[in-house]
Amino acid sequence: MSAADALITIAGLAAITVLTRSFFLFSNRDFVLPVWIQRGLRFAPLAALTAVVVPEILMSQGHLIDTWKDPRLAAAVVAAAWYGWRRGILGTILSGMAVFLALRLGLGW
Amino acid sequence: MRHFGVTRFLATLRRPEFRRGVADMAPASLGISAWGLVTGVAMVKGGLSVPLALLMTLTVFAGSAQLAALPLMTVNAPTWVVWATAFCVNLRFVVFSAQWRPFLVHLPRWQRVAFGYVAADLSYVIFMRRHPEPRRGSGQMAYFAGVTATSWLSWQVPSIAGILLVDSVPAHWGLGFAGVLALLGLSLSLLSDRGTALAAAIAAIAAIAAFALPFKLNIVVAIAAAVGLGLLIDNGDAPGRRAGEAG
Repeated sequence: MSAADALITIAGLAAITVLTRSFFLFSNRDFVLPVWIQRGLRFAPLAALTAVVVPEILMSQGHLIDTWKDPRLAAAVVAAAWYGWRRGILGTILSGMAVFLALRLGLGW
Repeated sequence: MRHFGVTRFLATLRRPEFRRGVADMAPASLGISAWGLVTGVAMVKGGLSVPLALLMTLTVFAGSAQLAALPLMTVNAPTWVVWATAFCVNLRFVVFSAQWRPFLVHLPRWQRVAFGYVAADLSYVIFMRRHPEPRRGSGQMAYFAGVTATSWLSWQVPSIAGILLVDSVPAHWGLGFAGVLALLGLSLSLLSDRGTALAAAIAAIAAIAAFALPFKLNIVVAIAAAVGLGLLIDNGDAPGRRAGEAG
């Protein structure tokens, strides 16, 4: 993407941060989102994250990977196991990257 | 401007509740720092120039949205898809902002908005742990300042370091994958029951099945599927009660 496009995209992303973080702080009067909208939106953050993450782990060049010898698989499994065990993001990143780098640089996967 | 006068600023720094906020945020700041570093590296590895990456970290200040937006920007996805994705990733903040309102409602509008802008996930979790009820005169705003200042610094300093130092790391190491792992951890922190597990499974399948669509529309398909699921099933625990761990 060109520098001008990136600049516009980044400006919009900054506006989205302000809009979402302060959504209910702009108005001087109290109001609440209708319940059906809240229900519809409750899984949206998880879905957006999952939809970005899963293809980054399971796909290359637009196809599901067809070998288990991909460092991303083992790294993601170990990172998820770490999260299940200790519930810390830092350990999740570090344990996953340790496996990823060992397989990629050590074994050349 | 009298609210942010220098005297007042220095007085805030000396308040015991400010220091308490700094101390309470300190243990979490290591995790924030690692994530900030990863995001800084990922921005440059994703093809942003150093000035644009600096602009992004200093203005967007939302790690999950930045990490989600970067792969889309790299493949030239349409701007509206990048924005829609970031908006959905940030939706949890909309819920948080409703919780912040009673604490900030006595302030003028621009201050409320500024305070909302600096308050990310971990600030929310840690603040609400110490101050579950709004109470004027209990040093809550000094505590808020301590928590958010610590969070802001422990994000921005490593993020800027990552942006500036990234070229000292060989590209074939694939360090950008650390950003994916950070998002993986955040996704897992949102899994709390069968409803969320089902939503994640549906989103994952939709994102892979629709991957051939142009413009990364597979992400929009996955979000739409999850919204449909949210409208269909009715065992509602309120969103936002599941405050994620990461910032």
